[in-house]
Amino acid sequence: MGLTLSISRVYKSYDGKPVLKDCSFSFEKSGTYVLTGPNGSGKSTLFRICTLLEETDRGDVNYFSGGAAVVKTIELRRRITLLLPKVGVFNTTVFKNVAYGLMIRGINRDEVTERVIKALDFVGLVHKKNQKALTLSSGEMQRLGIARAMVVEPEILFLDEPTASVDQENTEILEDIILRMKRMGRSIVVITTHDMNQAKRLADWLLLMKDGKIVPG
Amino acid sequence: MDSILEGFKKALFLIFNLDRELLGIILLSLKVSGTALIISSVLGLLAGALTGLKKFPGRGIIMTILNTFMGLPPVVVGLFVYLLLSRRGPFGFMALLYTPSAMIIAQCILAFPIVAALSHSAIIKIDPLIKQASLTLGATPFQVTTAMIREARYGIMAGIIAALGRVMAEVGAILIVGGNIAGYTRVMTTTIALETDKGNFELALALGIILLMISLIINMALYLIQKKGALQT
Repeated sequence: MGLTLSISRVYKSYDGKPVLKDCSFSFEKSGTYVLTGPNGSGKSTLFRICTLLEETDRGDVNYFSGGAAVVKTIELRRRITLLLPKVGVFNTTVFKNVAYGLMIRGINRDEVTERVIKALDFVGLVHKKNQKALTLSSGEMQRLGIARAMVVEPEILFLDEPTASVDQENTEILEDIILRMKRMGRSIVVITTHDMNQAKRLADWLLLMKDGKIVPG
Repeated sequence: MDSILEGFKKALFLIFNLDRELLGIILLSLKVSGTALIISSVLGLLAGALTGLKKFPGRGIIMTILNTFMGLPPVVVGLFVYLLLSRRGPFGFMALLYTPSAMIIAQCILAFPIVAALSHSAIIKIDPLIKQASLTLGATPFQVTTAMIREARYGIMAGIIAALGRVMAEVGAILIVGGNIAGYTRVMTTTIALETDKGNFELALALGIILLMISLIINMALYLIQKKGALQT
């Protein structure tokens, strides 16, 4: 049994304005959860809280593995990954960008090379591995972001609006990548989008963010 | 005009014949300035990273002081170090005055604010998404810091090279604390000043040519680094 996530009565506000209001949900089964809702409904805030980038005002975010709670340390952060709507790209080659997550985990060079090439091949960027990442188009950067996130083989992968800043052609490519990840079915993937049609295409479980809470879509 | 041309000829003769005295002066200059640069780069980078990545009370005041100290007059630094190291000063017991160590200390004080302020400036310009990317990929706080420094590398290198230019060309501070002792604390800039006073232009010109060449190399390196940095941002 891999890593599972349970959020319970999470409350978060900014400047006194509540964004999440006693939000609860459990991500337990492998598959793709798509969270929809209008801009400002709290989807990104929830992701930042789930990936331990932000604290809750109250409520609990707990990770479990084999039935036991997992302590929130760097080891846990290395089992989950978040891809933001705008990818922060390092000023180096495409290859080194994707290799970063493996290098900081102290994985040996041969394995890094093998896994990076495989991930780049998966997102269709292997031919650009030696190119400066900052010269990629926005769609290619998003694909690089997915490769960089999936190469570390997270048990829970959060994709926050992965197609929000790309054109139609790249949206289709990215959806295809996500659908192929879904078919691999090894981990929990949680995606946010405000495109309902896209949500239906990608989801195993469709969820809606409404009034600061998650409800079934 | 003839004496200038004659001086140039003799200067070139000294350079091409690898004159012993000339080489000794150049090597000491490089040793003093190189050591000062290494020390000030390490300390300056740490200060730049700390002020660039951490928010703490007094950060603004520290940056204002560092920016002000970038333009410190060398003679004032020389006087300050002299007072500290002189026999009656607080560090007089260390007997460092009129030694290369005293010159290194003075040059460190001149170079440190340049490296620190320019490193700070380079680090705060880094896209905040880089920090988030490192964190979301599982980086430790130390790994996040090194990622940010690596992203700012072109700006940091430009700061280090600017500091090198400053210490190589500096004369006031090292003249005061080094004493311009032949074969011991006499470096390129102090030799030029001394030999010009004596009317001995050959050695002064030879060193002037070399100093100009070093300055040219430093500025070319700075240009190439800035060009590379600009291309990648």
